[in-house]
Amino acid sequence: MTATTTHPGAAPTWRRVLAQTSFETRAILRNGEQLLVTIIVPVLVLVGLTRGTFVDLDTAGESRIDFLTPGILALAVMTSSFTSQAIASSFDRRNGVLRLLSTTPLGRGGLLAGKVLGVLGVEVVQIVVIGLTAVLLGWRPDPAGLGLALVAVVLGTGAFTSLALLVAGTLRAEAVLAVANLALIVLAVAGGVIIPASRLPGPLEHVALLLPSGALGEAMRETLLHGVLPPWSVVVLVAWTAALGWGAGRLFRWH
Amino acid sequence: MPDSPALEITGLVKRYGDRAVVDGLDLVARAGQVTAVLGPNGAGKTTTVECCEGLRTPDEGSVRVLGLDPATSARDLRPRVGVMLQDGGLPTGVRALDMLAHVARMYASPRDLGELTERLGLGSFGRTTVRRLSGGQRQRLALAAAVVGRPEIVFLDEPSAGMDPQSRRAVWDLVRELRDEGVAVLLTTHLMDEAEDLADHVVVVDHGRVVAQGSVGALLAAADDRTLQLQASPGLDTAALARALGDGLTVDEHVAGTYAVTGTVTPRTLAALTGWLAEHDELATRITVGRRTLEDVFLDLTGRDLR
Repeated sequence: MTATTTHPGAAPTWRRVLAQTSFETRAILRNGEQLLVTIIVPVLVLVGLTRGTFVDLDTAGESRIDFLTPGILALAVMTSSFTSQAIASSFDRRNGVLRLLSTTPLGRGGLLAGKVLGVLGVEVVQIVVIGLTAVLLGWRPDPAGLGLALVAVVLGTGAFTSLALLVAGTLRAEAVLAVANLALIVLAVAGGVIIPASRLPGPLEHVALLLPSGALGEAMRETLLHGVLPPWSVVVLVAWTAALGWGAGRLFRWH
Repeated sequence: MPDSPALEITGLVKRYGDRAVVDGLDLVARAGQVTAVLGPNGAGKTTTVECCEGLRTPDEGSVRVLGLDPATSARDLRPRVGVMLQDGGLPTGVRALDMLAHVARMYASPRDLGELTERLGLGSFGRTTVRRLSGGQRQRLALAAAVVGRPEIVFLDEPSAGMDPQSRRAVWDLVRELRDEGVAVLLTTHLMDEAEDLADHVVVVDHGRVVAQGSVGALLAAADDRTLQLQASPGLDTAALARALGDGLTVDEHVAGTYAVTGTVTPRTLAALTGWLAEHDELATRITVGRRTLEDVFLDLTGRDLR
């Protein structure tokens, strides 16, 4: 990047991107529905599955909370980087917000950077809230895996934000609303997020491991339970990011 | 070049599928002037403006904004260009003044927000979310966002749409002030009074082309200067009346009992008309002689069909 190129009249790049990041983060956290899907639902799922005994789980010798929390964090990443981002971006696109902001010095690149960083900002809040709740419920993650888990979060965010922008840039806002929520539920149940791929019936096990959801779920469990980041998950997430990012770049319609 | 135009469009063509929405359009807008692009819905006004804003890429022709190509020099142009979109483009979930402050942060030395808020009367709804603003309030906020970065050229796409008269007044005053500061203002409108009151230069666009342009005065002068309207009994012999008036004038009965005399109307025309009416024992209920308005010119140029 030619960072030294000056554009008189424009605020410095970092300030524009920072402004957009905080704008995006606040917009999500102030919106009731977005708050529900990104923070409240994951916390309720965590508490419900840990405390409730209505779901029989084979936790492979781990405590219930240690086994569930990584998957809930993966689910939370999906809600903010995919569901919430897809819905917000599609309505912004329909209302001309993306076009208007792209005519300011922020530009399209700054807008995209602000969105990705805004998602990471929301994820910080999610991880703190869910992490603290889990700790109160007795969660004791492998300390060696905490840093690696953050790497997994970033990789998952890349893949799911790309998917969100692909969907938001090609479908009508109402369709995005339906698709984003439906996809979240399907992937949460059968995509290897909370329930590990190995416990899924038949061929679903192999499919789930190839999905970004399964790869992220695996990566979170392996890092936080055993302190290792599985290479296969990294490969899958990077490949999805590249493919979906390329698709979004090619197909995104601003109008 | 001191006198190079702020905006120069040459032979612009933009197609959506097979349909050319803009079809060989030429346009020049200068600093310190308000240029109004006037045309019916679907004439290609918005598409033209979007090509100038870098939001669409022309299929043919060239667009130069402040001497630069918006398709390739977007980064250099964005700080110098202000944009007000037709559909607003305001995020709906934020408070009005938070939105304005956010846009202001994109610029190195934005306008004073307090002064701008005052000018456009944004204070009364500053803490209201954009979603709950009226049409006029949104338009004023969008205008504020377009000018907050001290642009050298502003594109205003139908700035007065949905505005109450007070809002319009405030917006027009600000546009005039921008012009006096040397800003080039390009606005699209289908409101005649807006073009007539505000524009130094009017460009009438239809079917993606310029059909006429000039100052308001020049456009009115170029068209037939005066019109004469007559109300009397329906079914008068218009051909006979036209012969009596002479001078190549034509008479049409558009609506039963209402006649329009077109051509060069002189005092003699009026005498001949009343003479002819007396001869036929016909009492006119109303005779109006007046200057043509921009609306007449516009309708003559773009037709009277609904579309």
